[in-house]
Amino acid sequence: MSVTPDLIREKLSAEIGAIHVDVADTTPNRCAASFKVLVVSPQFEGKPLLQRHRMVNNCLAEELKEIHAFEQKTLTPEQWEKQKAQ
Amino acid sequence: MTDGVFNQSERRRQKRDPIAFILECLYSRGRSLRPVSYFGEALWRLLREVSNVFETSFNLYQTLQTCTMNSIMRTAARCLRSGAYRTAQNNGELLSVWARLMCSSSAVLKTLEEMVKKDKVVVFMKGTPAQPMCGFSKAVVQILRMHGVDSYAAYNVLDDQDVRQGIKTFSNWPTIPQVFINGEFFGGCDILLQMHQSGDLVEELQKLGIRSALLDQEKESK
Repeated sequence: MSVTPDLIREKLSAEIGAIHVDVADTTPNRCAASFKVLVVSPQFEGKPLLQRHRMVNNCLAEELKEIHAFEQKTLTPEQWEKQKAQ
Repeated sequence: MTDGVFNQSERRRQKRDPIAFILECLYSRGRSLRPVSYFGEALWRLLREVSNVFETSFNLYQTLQTCTMNSIMRTAARCLRSGAYRTAQNNGELLSVWARLMCSSSAVLKTLEEMVKKDKVVVFMKGTPAQPMCGFSKAVVQILRMHGVDSYAAYNVLDDQDVRQGIKTFSNWPTIPQVFINGEFFGGCDILLQMHQSGDLVEELQKLGIRSALLDQEKESK
């Protein structure tokens, strides 16, 4: 089964309690299946960047085996609100 | 890697003239006299020492797409162990050279551990700092340059499939580029970029005793 934005969104919501997920398919800009995601989850609270990214990586471990390039931005709900206000 | 990497005619050639065969692999794979991967360099130095003839005449053959540095090392080890080589040195010297080869041919993961600890800042990337071969790797190089970090170790994973796969296992991180600071995995392009934008990278570099060039720029503008 190929990786789709919906699949990514579902998994992130289910496994790391993401309240908001933006998935952009950046494949046209790269050489193979590539995605850029924005994940907002309260579970990121108090965790350093690397730990947050590892949470996402673990959640999408199977999918990442098929994806060529992966960009991610991880925010807590608070950080996301701040960003939206800018 | 097993003997399955080489087909029958290659194995015959290998038995006939092992050094020439290994050199053929290195020439065709690297298209240059100095293969840049860590294993390649160690092997190259060894071969120059044990073989009094490294410009041998041999027939060029197609590049072995599946020939990884690891398999070349194993082949070299087998050949040298079997004693099927020409050498100008006496046995004593050869044993020490051999010992060095065995040290350098230890498991990829152990070597990676050494690689990330050898320098303060280590980057595994696609391409080289002078010529990055991917947008994310290029971004990492640019960010480091902005902070004035120019003496870092950069390993091109495109040169060595063992390193390319090994580093992902080693750091439990699925993508390249990978940045190591003080022997520890720091993150990929996303993390480096975010830390650069938030100003945290300046602090991280300071902990290493590296003064970011951006601090000097700020001073100048005041």
